[in-house]
Amino acid sequence: MTESAAVSRVLRIPALTRVEGEAALHLVIKGHTVIRAQLKIYEPPRFFEAFLRGRAHTEPPDITSRICGICPVAYQLSACRAVEDACGAVVDGQLSALRRLLYCGEWIESQTLHIHLLHAPDFLGYDDVFRMSRAHVTHVQRGLRLKQAGNAVIELLGGRAIHPVNVRLGGFHRTPARSELRPLAERLRIALEDAWDTVRWVSGFDFPDGECDVDLFALAEPDTYAIESGVPTVFPAGGTRTLHSFPVHVFPDHVAEEQVPHSTALHSRLDGRRHLTGSLARFAISGHLLSPLALQAAREAGLGDPPLLPRAGAALDRGSTNPYRSILVRAVEVLYAVEEALRIIDAYEPPPRPHVDVPPRAAVGHGATEAPRGLLYHRYALDSEGRITEACLVPPTAQNQGAIEEDLRHAVQAELARGVVDESELARLCERVIRNHDPCISCSAHFLDLDIERHGSQAKAAD
Amino acid sequence: MSGPVQPPNSGRRPRVGVFKFASCDGCQLTLLDCEDDLLAIAEEIEVAHFLEASSDVGCGPYDLSLVEGSVTTAEDAERIRRIRAESRRLVTIGACATAGGVQALRNYADVTDYLQTVYARPDYIATLATSTPISAHVPVDFELRGCPIDRSQLLEVITAFLAGRKPGVPNHSVCFSCKRRGTVCVTVAHGTPCLGPVTHAGCGAICPAYGRGCYGCFGPSGTTNLPALVPLMRRDGMSDEDVRRFLHTFNVTAFAAVEEALEEEDLP
Repeated sequence: MTESAAVSRVLRIPALTRVEGEAALHLVIKGHTVIRAQLKIYEPPRFFEAFLRGRAHTEPPDITSRICGICPVAYQLSACRAVEDACGAVVDGQLSALRRLLYCGEWIESQTLHIHLLHAPDFLGYDDVFRMSRAHVTHVQRGLRLKQAGNAVIELLGGRAIHPVNVRLGGFHRTPARSELRPLAERLRIALEDAWDTVRWVSGFDFPDGECDVDLFALAEPDTYAIESGVPTVFPAGGTRTLHSFPVHVFPDHVAEEQVPHSTALHSRLDGRRHLTGSLARFAISGHLLSPLALQAAREAGLGDPPLLPRAGAALDRGSTNPYRSILVRAVEVLYAVEEALRIIDAYEPPPRPHVDVPPRAAVGHGATEAPRGLLYHRYALDSEGRITEACLVPPTAQNQGAIEEDLRHAVQAELARGVVDESELARLCERVIRNHDPCISCSAHFLDLDIERHGSQAKAAD
Repeated sequence: MSGPVQPPNSGRRPRVGVFKFASCDGCQLTLLDCEDDLLAIAEEIEVAHFLEASSDVGCGPYDLSLVEGSVTTAEDAERIRRIRAESRRLVTIGACATAGGVQALRNYADVTDYLQTVYARPDYIATLATSTPISAHVPVDFELRGCPIDRSQLLEVITAFLAGRKPGVPNHSVCFSCKRRGTVCVTVAHGTPCLGPVTHAGCGAICPAYGRGCYGCFGPSGTTNLPALVPLMRRDGMSDEDVRRFLHTFNVTAFAAVEEALEEEDLP
């Protein structure tokens, strides 16, 4: 590296899966030090928060679903919870169980898609699932079968796998008879085997070292692994402090979104710090509430036991926060979701009505659920007619972006220390680091432009 | 349509590209949701460009390009021209690509106001005031409707283009599919407002089978009679504002075009 003026080189490499719009990574390197890593997301803005204003309070579930074709159920149910909160409606009992069942379907299909089609090729050295399937056809077919089982749950309960039509405020347009769920159960029993095999398969992958030393953030429930509801809970970095929670109503006081010049996605900070939502955070915060079977799978996968419920003041070991191993947690979560779906179907009794009424009133409502990729928060302000006067949506990837950038900085720094300066190698590494977090800003992949700015002595440290 | 996307027996698998513009990714995902057929399709074609699924990015020319999403930036308006120039056949998939999608609601609002609502620093954001379908920018060989598109229709379109025949995608309304499915009409039986009579078939008439009215996610059918339907929706308790919102959602530009045509007919 010369000490001359800054040298900028642009390296164009293909396909960062699950990054909306044109994603570019801007690395500022001074000598052998990474000064700054910026993940630039040029997602063409679609203005959901703007055009929701003036729409009816009944519409956010269907409209916000269109933010993401990969996790529409997450959007539908976060929207329902926020509007129901505003209107003072409570959805519980079998209706709430059916929502959890629908969500399990999305967890199964979305996490399976990521594991098999997007993430596994990284570990096995393939460009895509099509090439990977030639040598690993059994695993790919099993993945597709498992994904299909998740889709089958959404199709039966929701009408179709992408943008299901049966979700509405207060519950569903139509609830199934017990007999309709029976064929689903047969399919899920096969899926349980497939999910086990998937856990065993990914356990055999080779995991590079990694550590995500940021605050972990997920919903928590007192007696179950939180999916469709819960209280926002923080597991601080450093591991010497205990968990703390806050009601979803004060979410805006803790999670602040800011706009940065290098991205069309808003970034958020949790109490001013970088934080991570998603599988790793859920496992650290709620892992002890997984089923015995899922806990056994986690142990077999080498994840060990999740942290136990913290005693006041006791220091906590957060367990593994190696982002490369997030694929293991996803596989365990799929197994859990299959099992949970079977449990809900087994205990299902059709509710007296398919939905409870949600009459509009002038109020502000907040709602959060655990999308496959992490905590998804919605807030709506309504007038007395039920018209939306303000909408705010905080997706998981907006929250994770700071942690992803931190991860990139560490990973590139470690490579530079090892003397790796080849840009295509660095770019490949960066893509893997990003994919570990399964980012999805309403999803897509264009090009990751790795734009390395190498500075001489006149470089300014940033941030 | 003239001839298959590539001459038969040329010994070369047709090169297919999948491209994304402003959208939710759901229509591309539909392709990955063809689980049973996915690997079979992959055997028949060369996936030359499918960023959601593959890190191996091949450049054009493409025998068949599937395009998802709408055009909302000046850069994307350029990009679709480049893709068109490199594609023998270009098929748009989904409501964003065929009608501008739900984000086309900006076309009827002040985009500066939208920018200020979402972003503290609108000056950082480059965006067009409109969200437009692909056909507003380049010639399109076939448009597949739906928000999202239907899996079997997508397979039919791909198969038809590979074989050099016209896709068998009907142009009639959702009502036909409802009858075929044996669903009792939700409007007649329950007074539920339903856009089925004016909406393009293709979804399989899902909503009425779940007891809700069709909400028009496939856009207008080949023959729409809005003047006959609107009074029914009013009878069933919808205000003018409700009717407008009902029509102005996932295919806002397509339904708005139907409304405009009607207004012109009424002129003396």
